[in-house]
Amino acid sequence: MLFTSYEFIGFVILLVALYYVLPKKVKWPLLLLGSYVFYYFAGWKFLFYIFAVTVITYVAGLLISRNKVRADARFAELKALEKSGSGSPEEVGKEARKRYKEAQKKKRRRMMTIGIVLALGILAVVKYTNFTIHNINGVLLAFGSTKRLGFLTIALPMGISFYTFQAVSYVIDVYRDRHEAQKNFFKYALFVSFFPQLVQGPISRYGDLSKELFTPHKFSGRVLERGLQRVIWGYFKKVVIADRILTAVNSLINTPETYKGAYVFLVMMFYALELYADFTGGIDITIGIAEMLGIPMKENFERPFFSKNIAEYWRRWHITMGTWFTDYIFYPISVSGPMLKLSKWSRKHLGEKVGKRLPVYLASFIVWFTTGIWHGASWNFIVWGLGNFVVIMISQELEPLYRRFHKKFNTDGSTAYKSFQVGRTILLMSALRLFDCYRDVPLTFKMFGTMFTTWNWNTLGNGTLLRLGLVRSDYVILGLGTIVLFVVSMIGRSGSVRDKMEKKMPLPARWGIFTLLVLVILVFGAYGQGYDAAQFIYNQF
Amino acid sequence: MSEIVHEKKKDRKIARVALVLALLVASCLLVYAVDLLLRPKYMGEVTEGVLTAEYYESKGRHQVLFVGDCEVYENFSTVQLWREFGINSFIRGGAQQLVWQSYYLLEDALRYETPDVVVFNVLSLMYNEPQNEAYNRMALDGMRWSASKWNAIKASMCEGESMIEYIFPLLRYHSRWNELTSDDFKYWFTKDTVSFNGYYLRTEIMPAGAMPPPKPLADPKFGDYAMAYLDLMTQLCKEKGIKLVLIKSPSLYPHWYEEWDAQMVEYAKENDLLYINMLDIAEDEIGIDYSLDTYDAGLHMNVTGAEKCSSYLGKILVEKYGIKSAKDDPDLSEYWSEVEQRYDTAKNINNL
Repeated sequence: MLFTSYEFIGFVILLVALYYVLPKKVKWPLLLLGSYVFYYFAGWKFLFYIFAVTVITYVAGLLISRNKVRADARFAELKALEKSGSGSPEEVGKEARKRYKEAQKKKRRRMMTIGIVLALGILAVVKYTNFTIHNINGVLLAFGSTKRLGFLTIALPMGISFYTFQAVSYVIDVYRDRHEAQKNFFKYALFVSFFPQLVQGPISRYGDLSKELFTPHKFSGRVLERGLQRVIWGYFKKVVIADRILTAVNSLINTPETYKGAYVFLVMMFYALELYADFTGGIDITIGIAEMLGIPMKENFERPFFSKNIAEYWRRWHITMGTWFTDYIFYPISVSGPMLKLSKWSRKHLGEKVGKRLPVYLASFIVWFTTGIWHGASWNFIVWGLGNFVVIMISQELEPLYRRFHKKFNTDGSTAYKSFQVGRTILLMSALRLFDCYRDVPLTFKMFGTMFTTWNWNTLGNGTLLRLGLVRSDYVILGLGTIVLFVVSMIGRSGSVRDKMEKKMPLPARWGIFTLLVLVILVFGAYGQGYDAAQFIYNQF
Repeated sequence: MSEIVHEKKKDRKIARVALVLALLVASCLLVYAVDLLLRPKYMGEVTEGVLTAEYYESKGRHQVLFVGDCEVYENFSTVQLWREFGINSFIRGGAQQLVWQSYYLLEDALRYETPDVVVFNVLSLMYNEPQNEAYNRMALDGMRWSASKWNAIKASMCEGESMIEYIFPLLRYHSRWNELTSDDFKYWFTKDTVSFNGYYLRTEIMPAGAMPPPKPLADPKFGDYAMAYLDLMTQLCKEKGIKLVLIKSPSLYPHWYEEWDAQMVEYAKENDLLYINMLDIAEDEIGIDYSLDTYDAGLHMNVTGAEKCSSYLGKILVEKYGIKSAKDDPDLSEYWSEVEQRYDTAKNINNL
């Protein structure tokens, strides 16, 4: 059931209607049922994976939580015994209590580790087994062996990377005592499987989502209107822009031998637009549906194409994924025992400057490697991830140089320089995304090189653009659609566009605008017969 | 005081609900208007898409109802049947109208009337599965919504088609926005009447030539799916006391195989139905001159051919089923005089 399918729209209408009609008690169970029905349509076999991840992390969370409660009670008991002088200092004293606390913490850490390893193990098996086999076969070939390992036929369950990460964050947060474990298995199952976010996130945290998810919300016209507005806006981006430009992007990247030089630049620009409209459109639909049900979700984007550097871009693009990697990979690695040892060693042997940076860069390297491989089990994603790492590191290393430059030429803060920074970030990000487009590392480098070796910019105007599967009117729609996107983004810089509309416009005016938007989607959308229904790009990760 | 506040609040709530409803209605009307604009109008070269809807505009109880494909709506003149025999008839036919579509169009028609005779052209039995979305659309878009239309769509949908696109045609035709012509605006809300009670008049002459040799049949038997719908049609007519007549119209192509003919003879015998293979008697008994009476080299009749076919069939209908002239009905006569006038004008335009 694709977000853009008629079935999905019918499913959401029915679910929202039932949610507000049915009694309070059955509201969250309805969402759970709906989520599993939604997932069932992706493939009934996939239900096994989500159920397994749910059970594993639920049990892990519960065991950790129980241990914590028991350990705290025992700790208090020991303290009371010491106070009353009942026990010997070896058994109830400060040192003994500390030892007990440490031992229990270790126990909980073991529980957490087992839970994480099992949950991530499922992800690893279904997502990375064939990639590993492929690489082993490559090594065998390199060493002249004729032996080859056979590939497994495993279909990648929809959204597995998203719900596994979400479930893992729950276990870690229970371990870190950020919140208690959910005792009701079905409520927890709803947290893992909540259908709008299954496809492409956002990756929600239990602490952020749970309260509103299980609260029975009363019908509110305002809530419904705002959610619907967000959904409509999402469909506009996805159906009018992303799915329309998709044809041209596919034509360009599927025949790299034809479309070199200037066309690679075109791929960069077109794909940037497609990915942005596709992913943010999908997230708008997700958040909008949740809002219609009265459930607020974390934002996943903050106008990323207005970023002045790549580090900022990654703070504004797929925010929930970025913070996940920061909270659950970067920080734990940075403060881990081996890393602290390395820091100490490098400061001593390589000097304060290098010693300070080495552990940070190493942790960053791991984060970006993981980010790459999370996006897909292939080298192009890994190189893409590491490409981001390299650019960010270079940019940090050049920071003193930038500062001197700004001081000398007084450029910092000027609009022209800001525009240059934004343009540079867009170009850099789009160039790195070529790894995502061509999905082949040597080919990507080759195609990137042709931008400088094949000078064919003059051919862009000779009708080639009309051979990419789009006609003139398609380009007009894309142009106008992009202008609308840009204008809305600009308005959104000083606050929520919907808030502004609500404050300044009467209901008929708002209604008129969104009716017009619906008409634009219905008429100019690339959907139905004659168009291939395109999955969301992030759905594949 | 609090009561007044409460009343005011209530009034405001009612006003808001009314406003929302008004806006909703206005939005729906706007979307519907755009939907109508983008639907194909079938007012240019291809007009078959409007034939189905024209049935609902026709007058009086039809004594004879034709169902079938182009071999009925182009080969029988309803005007001739009226003129010569006073028979009020209608042709519910469409381009490549499949047997299940004919069945559901008949079922739909029986919601409004019960004719004396139903004439079904059997060529479409050669198709045992949905064929082409464009033809589906031409046959079904014009049907009024009923269980019959729903079932007709379900039976006809090709791969990639979906019911929702029939319910909301805008979802199917939205991409026509860059093909809109002045005709789309001219016929936005109203259309011209194209047929003469379902008859699609053609006046051109193109003598029949050599037809492609018949391809060997992989399976000489009609498919089960198609035959099941013929059974349903037979049963429906029996239940309603309607005489069902099976015909093979005198079109020369697609080839009508002997094996198919034998099956029809057998079927008619088994079900006590009249089956007329007009192809066999086209020249000798009906008087068809294939050098003059066809507009596309023998595939379909022109108006002179259609009139001959109608005269022949009308005589049988009157003699065998006792269909009486309805010319003494003043309303019908008035209606038909308008149709005849249009008919003659259309014929004269082409100097026939």
